[in-house]
Amino acid sequence: MDDAALLQRVVAGDASAFRELVVRYHPTLVKVARYYVGSAATAEDVAQDTWIAVMKGAATFEGRSSFKTWLLRILVNRARKTGTREHRQIPTDPVDPRQAQRFDERGMWREAPAPFTDVIDGRLSSAPLLAAVRAAISELPEPQQAVVTLRDVEGLSTEEVADLLDLSVANVRVILHRGRSKVRDAVESTVRGGE
Amino acid sequence: MALTKNIRCLDAVALISTYLDGGLGWRERRRLEHHLAGCPACTAYLDQLRVTVASASTLTPEDVPSDVLDGLLDVFEKFRRDQD
Repeated sequence: MDDAALLQRVVAGDASAFRELVVRYHPTLVKVARYYVGSAATAEDVAQDTWIAVMKGAATFEGRSSFKTWLLRILVNRARKTGTREHRQIPTDPVDPRQAQRFDERGMWREAPAPFTDVIDGRLSSAPLLAAVRAAISELPEPQQAVVTLRDVEGLSTEEVADLLDLSVANVRVILHRGRSKVRDAVESTVRGGE
Repeated sequence: MALTKNIRCLDAVALISTYLDGGLGWRERRRLEHHLAGCPACTAYLDQLRVTVASASTLTPEDVPSDVLDGLLDVFEKFRRDQD
């Protein structure tokens, strides 16, 4: 059942529909809250408060945006009010120093990456691969974790991510590049390890 | 030729994530595609990143701790009773 239909059921008092929405989105809410607040415990509180706001405001949802965008907007507004966001270093250079080590002084690969679609060969949904992607994303530092989660896991547009996180589109792209590179490294290790 | 001036692998890799999202301007895109056409290593990197992003999009949500779920459902039930 899609999100909007579940929300309609929430309005009608259906606890199982509310439960399903929490199961779908609570982990993402905590991750995004973590971008704004200073501790994991506060992020959890902000996420839970968001659900309380959702149950109270469900009847006012007009469907002008998707439920997901509406939900994340509630979360971000609450996280901002919590106001403990530290000044974050936002990278502007797309070249990650760690990644730069893989290239020689002429900017060419020291060791070329091998295509791994052949190795995966239809195992894209294999549990070890997905576990590696999940673990790598959860280990990303902020702001990479929030950006990769919203863009690649939740499928928001780059512009929506920039808007939610108070970043420019150009910054989101740089952060996304860095975060994706790290997740790719983890996938590569898993694939190579499984050969 | 200036329009297709070759770029280094290091620079190409920095563009690939945005390329996958369709976010490059036409000039950058042209330069990158020109580079990719002659560089199997960067083409392999593109392939790897594409698989990575596709994998991320298929992840199912992590489990919500049962105490969190139960706590929220309790609040929901109370809210519903108060509405009646």
